[in-house]
Amino acid sequence: MRAYLDHASTTPMVPGAVEAMMPYLTGGAGNPSGAHDESRQARRAVDEAREQLASSLAVGPTDLVFTGGGTEADNLAIVGGWEAVAASDSWSGPGPPAMVCSAMEHHAVLNTCRALAHRTGARLTEVPTSKEGIVDLEALGEACTSEVGLVSVMTVNNEVGTVQPIEHVAEVVRNGSPSAVLHTDAVQAVPWIDVRARTAPADLVAISAHKFGGPMGVGALLVRHGVRLHPLVHGGGQERGRRSGTHNVAGIAGMAAALAEIDPVRPETVERVAAQRDRLGDGLMATVTGLTETTARDQKVAGILHLLVAGIESEALVVVLDAAGVAASAGAACSSGAVEASHVLRSMGLGRELAVAGIRLSLGSGTTDADIDHVLSVVPGVVAQLRD
Amino acid sequence: MRVLVAMSGGVDSSVAAALMAEQFGRDAVVGATLKLWGGSSDSGCCSVADVEDARRVADHLGLVHHVFNFSEDFERQVVDPYVVGHAEGRTPNPCIECNRHLKFDRLLERARILGFDAVATGHHARCEVSPDGRFRLRRGADPMKDQSYVLAMLGQGQLARTLFPIGGMTKVEVREVAHRLGLRTADKPDSQDVCFIRSEEGREGFLGARLPLHAGRLVDHATGEHLGTVEAVELVTVGQRRGMGHGRDGRRRFVTAVDVPGRRVSLGPPDAALATGVRLHSLTWVDDAPGPTARAQPASAGEAAIAQCSAHGRPVPSTLDIEGEELSVRFFAPQRRVAPGQTVALYDPDHPDLVIGSGVAA
Repeated sequence: MRAYLDHASTTPMVPGAVEAMMPYLTGGAGNPSGAHDESRQARRAVDEAREQLASSLAVGPTDLVFTGGGTEADNLAIVGGWEAVAASDSWSGPGPPAMVCSAMEHHAVLNTCRALAHRTGARLTEVPTSKEGIVDLEALGEACTSEVGLVSVMTVNNEVGTVQPIEHVAEVVRNGSPSAVLHTDAVQAVPWIDVRARTAPADLVAISAHKFGGPMGVGALLVRHGVRLHPLVHGGGQERGRRSGTHNVAGIAGMAAALAEIDPVRPETVERVAAQRDRLGDGLMATVTGLTETTARDQKVAGILHLLVAGIESEALVVVLDAAGVAASAGAACSSGAVEASHVLRSMGLGRELAVAGIRLSLGSGTTDADIDHVLSVVPGVVAQLRD
Repeated sequence: MRVLVAMSGGVDSSVAAALMAEQFGRDAVVGATLKLWGGSSDSGCCSVADVEDARRVADHLGLVHHVFNFSEDFERQVVDPYVVGHAEGRTPNPCIECNRHLKFDRLLERARILGFDAVATGHHARCEVSPDGRFRLRRGADPMKDQSYVLAMLGQGQLARTLFPIGGMTKVEVREVAHRLGLRTADKPDSQDVCFIRSEEGREGFLGARLPLHAGRLVDHATGEHLGTVEAVELVTVGQRRGMGHGRDGRRRFVTAVDVPGRRVSLGPPDAALATGVRLHSLTWVDDAPGPTARAQPASAGEAAIAQCSAHGRPVPSTLDIEGEELSVRFFAPQRRVAPGQTVALYDPDHPDLVIGSGVAA
């Protein structure tokens, strides 16, 4: 048997999403930007998906920019948002607008901010997090001066699962940095929390379809409060000039259908998955010594169990778990597949020893009780083998 | 028998993996590629393209493949000492330090805890068991490709858990097997140079970015006469000829000594670049508790051995004398001076294919 507990990395598509995509995968051609009936059909699919998503997320249809995924949405928010601030007449700072992000951001945000800072000479402050995995609001307040033009704090952390206080973050940003655009990477949030409400004070919100039952390679950036963006991708001027390129019609239809399927049943899903996650956590803590739950359950989303396994390198643990039929994750994986020491755990103040000992078991709406039983039966032996 | 094959993405380790899968079955063999260098590189063990080659070969052979991130260890145990060595006027061999600390320590330990009985690599060397159960390290069958020099620091504990599946083959044979099996790495060129240094930046660019380089004086080794200047004493190696010009007699000049703190490089004619021996520290022995058939560290003063002072250097007949923690190697005939930091591999004079041990030039 195999138990897939890496849903935070990607989760299977929901049936409604597959169904919504099929006509555009197997039907005739049709570029939404054309002027004939085939194009009109494709365009209608994109428009309907846009309206449906916008309505679910409580934004206007024109406040949604479709992208090629969560990473692109983050890039567009940071680079496009920052460039628009820097170019605006109202920017009166002495130099290029400074940037602030939390040190536990996904690399899609962290590396984009770093690259932009390197390229433009803009100052970047990476704000540490508490040992509970929550962004340090006091440090954020110190970083948020009037010279700051862009702030990025994620809604839910992808490794340890903690929900960040975006409402308080927004207060701090508005007080200290009134000209700043506030971006939040909500890629991990959609299946588990009310993104509408939680991210309401943010100007820009990035989401990614394959984290909530849609296909890979499609995402969106929500643009609130009339915030301006400079495009990253130039071309035919699609998405009101903010993201050129022929629309991924099937992907966009799949993303909208996925959200439509999971959103109404989110409370039940969260309750069920949280119970499974708690049973898994309790069971492992009871049978394996030297385990620590990295973050408190009431501060994180239902789908994530993150553990520190004393004395074991997670890179080895993942390999043995894989051989034993458990798909788990050890922090961030780079493009080659190698495991990196977790910058998230480092940002929480953990030393190197523990930063390489983190293991993430992430559940999804399709996780079964049999999956949990399998993991509970496998992990004690695996850990014993590694400690031998 | 479960075997973890270290797959660099080159043809040698690709064929090694294929042979292991043939011998032990694909379910008993797993491929692993080490991510060693976080910075950019042309090729070698570190680039994403090489990881991809390794992964695709493993897929082709039906093997599970993993990537292990040892980049922090690599930086600490290979790159940093390489930089510090140059800052102190030594010329360390990073491939040997990588083998010592990463492939035959960190990876062996990782393999052990993952439940593997052995690690196989694509090195051109042979590991054999003598009749008394001791492990012997022998040169690879292809004299042009022999890599026993960079493995000379291995001991019994490591050899007992190491396999060199292609050690008995020539490079031509390795490529033939790769072609026959349709491996995508069959015609991949051999890796050259130090894997973490890009050819466009070179050793000078790499070291220049990591340590302050100092101009120095070139002086005659015998008279101290000023002969010119050099841009960076840290980049000069004992024995070096390139860029050192010619003496008044028209003969080429060689570096005989590098004094980094004194910012001084001594030059001399070819005969002054020769030495009658070398002192070694950090000694290792393939077998430090030899049985009747294995040769080990010298028991008596003046014991004969064959020394090899670089990766493709000529074997040099020598005698060995243990002096405390160090070993004095006397060459039968004067040889090019061995740069401090270089490894010297020692071979058995009666069986010149067999490694006895190694040391690092003082």
